[in-house]
Amino acid sequence: MGERLRKYGFVAGFLAVPVTLYVVFVISPYIQAFQLSLTGWNGISSVVTYVGLDNFARLVRDEVFWQALRTHGITLLVLPLVTIAIALVFAFLLNLGGGSRGAGMAGVGGSAFYKVVFFAPQVLAVAIVGVLWKQIYRPDENGVINGALVKLGMEPVGWMSEPETALWALLAVMVWQAVGFYVVLFSAGMAAIPKDYFEAAMLDGAGRVRLFFTITLPLLRDTLQVAWVYLGIAAFDCFALVNVLTVDAGGPDGATTVLPVEIFKNFFSYSKVGYASAMGVALFFLTITFAVLTLRVTRREKIEL
Amino acid sequence: MTHPGELTRRDLLRRIGLTAVVVGPGAGLLSACATGGGSQPSAAPATTAGGVATSPANPFGVDAKKPLEVTIFSGGYGDAYAKDIHEALYAKKYAGAQIKHNATQNIGTQLRPRFLSGDVPDVVNNSGPEALDLAALAAEGHLADLTALWDAPSADDPAKKVRDTITPAAITNAKLNGKDLVLNYSVSHRALWYNAKLFAAKGWTVPRTWEEFKALGETAKKEGIHLFAYPGQKGPYYQLWNMLYTAAKIGGNQVIVDIDNLVEGAWKSEAVKASLTAWLEIQTGYSDKSYLGLDHTQTQIKHLQNKVLFYPVGSWIENEMAKDKPADFEYAIAPVPSVTAADKMPYEAIQVGVGEVFFVAAKGKNPQGGLEYLRLMLSKEGARGFTEKTKNLTVVNGAAEGLDLPPGLMSAAKAQDAAGANIITDARFEGWYKPLFDYATQQTNSLMGGRISVEEFMDKVQRKADEIKADSSVTKQTRDA
Repeated sequence: MGERLRKYGFVAGFLAVPVTLYVVFVISPYIQAFQLSLTGWNGISSVVTYVGLDNFARLVRDEVFWQALRTHGITLLVLPLVTIAIALVFAFLLNLGGGSRGAGMAGVGGSAFYKVVFFAPQVLAVAIVGVLWKQIYRPDENGVINGALVKLGMEPVGWMSEPETALWALLAVMVWQAVGFYVVLFSAGMAAIPKDYFEAAMLDGAGRVRLFFTITLPLLRDTLQVAWVYLGIAAFDCFALVNVLTVDAGGPDGATTVLPVEIFKNFFSYSKVGYASAMGVALFFLTITFAVLTLRVTRREKIEL
Repeated sequence: MTHPGELTRRDLLRRIGLTAVVVGPGAGLLSACATGGGSQPSAAPATTAGGVATSPANPFGVDAKKPLEVTIFSGGYGDAYAKDIHEALYAKKYAGAQIKHNATQNIGTQLRPRFLSGDVPDVVNNSGPEALDLAALAAEGHLADLTALWDAPSADDPAKKVRDTITPAAITNAKLNGKDLVLNYSVSHRALWYNAKLFAAKGWTVPRTWEEFKALGETAKKEGIHLFAYPGQKGPYYQLWNMLYTAAKIGGNQVIVDIDNLVEGAWKSEAVKASLTAWLEIQTGYSDKSYLGLDHTQTQIKHLQNKVLFYPVGSWIENEMAKDKPADFEYAIAPVPSVTAADKMPYEAIQVGVGEVFFVAAKGKNPQGGLEYLRLMLSKEGARGFTEKTKNLTVVNGAAEGLDLPPGLMSAAKAQDAAGANIITDARFEGWYKPLFDYATQQTNSLMGGRISVEEFMDKVQRKADEIKADSSVTKQTRDA
């Protein structure tokens, strides 16, 4: 009995500080945000009036809210798919693409160098990425892409100022920035796959493509699932990029706006704290729903190695 | 005048740092004290009688022993003018008074919790992208009434009241919910800005009519210069201002007054229509769509490179671009050319507005000191120091006399003389109904990008204005003229 008590006391001692911090700085603000979403608070008034679900009714009628959801929806589909596909190909080439050399599998020549190159965007602050791509997408002949187009005798393209291209141009930046991290993540996953599986398959005459689809991919399932959830959650953010890169923060015509940007506007510029909180609550449920769905759908018996 | 575009750029990194706070778990933290009770709003305490006798030299009865806290928005103007000039004036007059100087770019983040808890700074320069909602502060009785300040003897001449030493627009723009509560300190001139040296070298004259404007556009086109451009990525509201001021020129200031008062159909007036149509013609015929994706700095640099002739902005542009300005560029202001021969205002009319808001906290520890600080700001010495530090004019009459002003400011002063009484008014819905202003800005880009027609623009913005009018949660403001 005393033994047990000592053990739990020991565990509790370690948990007390992090749990307290988490409750104070994460859980309690969430609860407050839920509470505030039911009010018409302006951020200053000492009288907080409860308006019931008015904020949510207004949200459903708000055109901008649906525009933001559309952006999140497209990002949610495209960002994980494209990022994971590219990262997988790179990771495979870097780790296993060179075939078997000596004792184990090796990547293509120069893979150590490529790893650094792929990871580089990951260490840049988002603001810097935004400024960098602003220069790349610059709509006149001074832009990196448009400079080349003009030299080739073509008309410059307003990548971020045309509603048709803005979201895709934004997604390209997000993919570019994310790929490096997932190359490393998948590389780690691949390193954990026992080498003899590959050797055995190769003895049986499997090529690189076959190796990838029948051995690498199934055994990376857990890592892929994690990547999908991470990228999905990233798709619900993109505040900084949208703010730096897009026309009039979320434009043109709201084509690239996202909920965090609208929350910021409503909270800081319009002092509509209650309404901004309602948006925050909507964002919270969207993120949670996505995470739960992903984990449910992809749940499966683990493959025992 | 605050220049939000500029703030955006400087604030960028900070704001991004804030992201986590807004979207993350901190969202509620900022407002942690919001729901924790709090007293009912009470009337502002009397701001006179601080226990020290009042005199013409000390009209509010400032107690030198009481500390004074000043919060300055350090954006385009910096905060040196407050620290080195205004606070020094106060410290000199009230020897031993402790002054706490606080400069920030995040007024809202810093001060919102303090207003909730009641521990407020005495003087606040409410500016920038996070400026506090003044109407909400006023409703809570946080803003000290400035009538006592207007009626106090001025710092330079005790025989003159403060209200007689400043431009009347400062008094009219002080009104909020019918009371004089805010001081707009700076004066700016808005119209089209061009390079006077380029015009002299080419032998061009500034166009006075829309026909001359377009003819110059044709001439410039042959030299590979665009007649006009505004920044679509950051700062598209410059073009919204421009179109509104042009509409006022065509139909008189009542056009803007009606828009501010949310009058039915105000956005669909003939003057608005004529202005939008005229500017759309300039944008499509004599500009380039690439500017719709450039920010204000990129566009202003192209202006400095003589790739654009006219740029719609205010007189702060000269100081803003001082570091990048080549020797063969000299900023000068040009009124917007007359759109029709029947325009209500003459060609010379330009917009002259007051801006850069200061207020005194009524429930602070030293409201008398706060009022006195504003009175010293409005002294000739205080105003002159501001102009020297920021190269921008103040509402104080004659304070810039004898100062060595840069050529752009001189041209603005001359343009104001030429305009005389024909001053285009400021559009106040920008501060009153920010969502409407932002929406109209967004639609400006759509209109200029050719995605919607003039009629669609007017319909959409009018609908938004009607929506705000019908929204009972929005405090309504009105103006007479």
